[in-house]
Amino acid sequence: MAVTDYLRQRFFPHMWCPGCGHGTILNSLLRAVEELELSKNDIVMTSGIGCSARISGYVDFHSLHTLHGRALAFATGVKLSKPELTLLVPMGDGDALAIGGNHFIHAARRNIDITAIVMNNRIYGMTGGQFSPLSGPGVKATTAPYTTIDANFDVVKLAIAAGASFVARSTAYHARESTEILKKAIMHKGFSVVEILSQCPTHYGRKNKEGDAVAMLELHKTNTAKLGSKQLEENPNLVARGIFIQEERAEYCIEYGKIVEHAQRRNVK
Amino acid sequence: MNVMRLVFSGSGGQGVITAAIILAEAAVIYSGKNATQTQAYGAAARGGATRSDIILSDSAIYYPGVTEANVLITLTQDAYNEFASITRPGGLLLSDPRFVQTTRKADAKQLELPMYDQVMEKIGKPIVYNICTLGALIGITQILEPEAIMQVLEERIPQDFINLNMRAFDLGLVLGSQYQYRKFY
Amino acid sequence: MTEMIRFVQGNEACVEGALYAGLEFFAGYPITPSTEIAELLSGRLPTNGGKFIQMEDEIASMCAIIGASLTGHKVMTATSGPGFSLKQEAIGYACMAEIPCVIVNVQRGGPSTGNPTHVSQGDINQARWGTHGDHSIIALTASNHQDIFAMTVDAFNLAETYRTPVVLLLDEAVGHMREKLTIPAKDELQIIDRLRTSLGKDVDYHPYLPREDGRLPMSDFGGDHRYNVTGLYHDMWGFPSANPKVVNQLLRHLVDKIENNVHAITRYKEYYLEDAHYIMVSYGSSARSAIHLAEERRKRGERIGVLELQSIWPFPTEVVREKCAAARAVVVVEMNMGQVLAQVKSAVEHPERVFLANRIDGKLIAPHDIKKLLRVIQGKGV
Repeated sequence: MAVTDYLRQRFFPHMWCPGCGHGTILNSLLRAVEELELSKNDIVMTSGIGCSARISGYVDFHSLHTLHGRALAFATGVKLSKPELTLLVPMGDGDALAIGGNHFIHAARRNIDITAIVMNNRIYGMTGGQFSPLSGPGVKATTAPYTTIDANFDVVKLAIAAGASFVARSTAYHARESTEILKKAIMHKGFSVVEILSQCPTHYGRKNKEGDAVAMLELHKTNTAKLGSKQLEENPNLVARGIFIQEERAEYCIEYGKIVEHAQRRNVK
Repeated sequence: MNVMRLVFSGSGGQGVITAAIILAEAAVIYSGKNATQTQAYGAAARGGATRSDIILSDSAIYYPGVTEANVLITLTQDAYNEFASITRPGGLLLSDPRFVQTTRKADAKQLELPMYDQVMEKIGKPIVYNICTLGALIGITQILEPEAIMQVLEERIPQDFINLNMRAFDLGLVLGSQYQYRKFY
Repeated sequence: MTEMIRFVQGNEACVEGALYAGLEFFAGYPITPSTEIAELLSGRLPTNGGKFIQMEDEIASMCAIIGASLTGHKVMTATSGPGFSLKQEAIGYACMAEIPCVIVNVQRGGPSTGNPTHVSQGDINQARWGTHGDHSIIALTASNHQDIFAMTVDAFNLAETYRTPVVLLLDEAVGHMREKLTIPAKDELQIIDRLRTSLGKDVDYHPYLPREDGRLPMSDFGGDHRYNVTGLYHDMWGFPSANPKVVNQLLRHLVDKIENNVHAITRYKEYYLEDAHYIMVSYGSSARSAIHLAEERRKRGERIGVLELQSIWPFPTEVVREKCAAARAVVVVEMNMGQVLAQVKSAVEHPERVFLANRIDGKLIAPHDIKKLLRVIQGKGV
């Protein structure tokens, strides 16, 4: 199947700005699904609210565009009620870690078999450029005219600490790498978190003098380095990319299946 | 019996609520009656005053609260002081001298039976005190067949503790039967 | 299965009704006085192959049941006042996306943390208008365990029929009280299952294109038809649209599908209404006291009756007007500051003859509380 067969072309053109990284992430994701030869009927994409969340409208899967921050809670209901489905949950900064932060850590704690994709552009784009919990200090935003003083979450560390059994990071610039990581994340049996750095030239780049989309993509390249690389060793200030953790651990739906078996055995007695 | 209203009171942990539920359940499941059981809820799981209202009736029961009790059981002094006055004239007020010092104020048949001391002496486990009290109530009033209560005990109580509870129930039944009183309607 | 007699709490009667109706998925968060529902279902659901999950909060519980409904399952959550407040955004989502689900609210005293272990009926208006924006909703209630069972079954049936969230408004008094429940034999009560599309896999399925009868057949997630579900205004494919015509049509559809079926949704019981000069309108646990009083006064020859509402929303305006038409006075008996009173006043021809007998202190309103007011109305003194 061609990659474009996974799109609902009826609903194009999409609503993202020119130069936005989200389209590239969609591209990486669809290629991962294509290369894994997954059936469209077996995939449910659940999203929240924001630029990132509109991704679910464009894909030809079962799609559930929900409330701000609640995508993982909806996804948990879908997955537990029908565990054979593959759950993809793309989220923005706010969805994943501000209003939805509680659902994020609890989905990780349960290690439920869902792939969470954090499309991190360090800004609230859809509402016009307010800072997010991933902006970090010293960032200009429409709600931080004097720059932010808020520290940012490290998505990778947070996800690992909360119990996610697969945690990785890549960028919109590293589209092929993202595809490879997403393939592993989707195949992983457990809660997978893939943080993909994205760029918002409209609201972040302009205000913070990072230039146009091309210049921002360049930053993804120069500011990051592969885990275990010499480059990262020599310059620990670079943001690490790659798979940080990949462990086999008890998965929630499988464990619940055992509860059902146990309860039914007891009931027969 | 047309309608019979009972209040069980004491302190949290004495098993007052459990005894109330067992009585009402026995009335419904094994005696073909209607029954309601309510209780006052607080935040504490142990300690504090406890009260459970039970209504037994051959017809439908609507308002489940008891304002005038045919039978009042009080297992603490606080419960006695607070609730003694809700007993109907001629009603039965059952208490235990181990915990309650009665006054002559209540216009009711006041029976003080040493249920706690009997349980400790003959069984040695305070956990079945409530079931002994229930036995005494049935012995005194004969409002239900003892078998109805025993059937509920068999259903509700874990296997290892049934014997203990049956002995406590019997103890109360024998004790109560010596003081039969049926004019509480 | 033949019928079975049980002695249970109202919350357990609700659990039995839900399982009878075919409940397959429950998500919840512990909250007094509804917690027994979650506790019991955590044990019962897996024995039927169903699923129970304790979520991280009230919001997540509401979201999870919506997700599970989309895979084709009958779903429910249970909560009380504060949790009901938290669920409101997601309840609105279920209204907008037309997803069948049942929300039980065992009411306690509010506002805020309020009076957690004591009875209230203060969430009547929240059930109607808790979520933002115009919409319509179905809310049922019950005063005894047999009716809790039946109304729970009805809640699932109405949720499936109208593709809508249905709120079951219980209260602490009936929720915690124990009394007899006869569980009907299988097939004794009607069970309405999900209406699924009959369209084959290569036919274009429109999830939001109503049939001629107004109903919208569903397709389970994981099935052959892939479509979009959103809380945005959406077209017949479920794709977001701000087209004024689409917005206008969808909102009217959401309201009309319920308001135009008020007769089919209305549920009530009446006691001694035929010749009643004085009518008490009540619901939930307070109706027990009204009926108690009516029986007591009837024995003394007073012409007094009770209209017990079992569906609150959409409000059964016509039934209330007709039943109360000949009454000298109508007394609304409820445990709030007059939430149903306002509805009754606007329903009847003579609102000046409608009075409120209420209790708002956490105690179940008693027959003598109502009697005091009734004596004043009857001109028998204070």
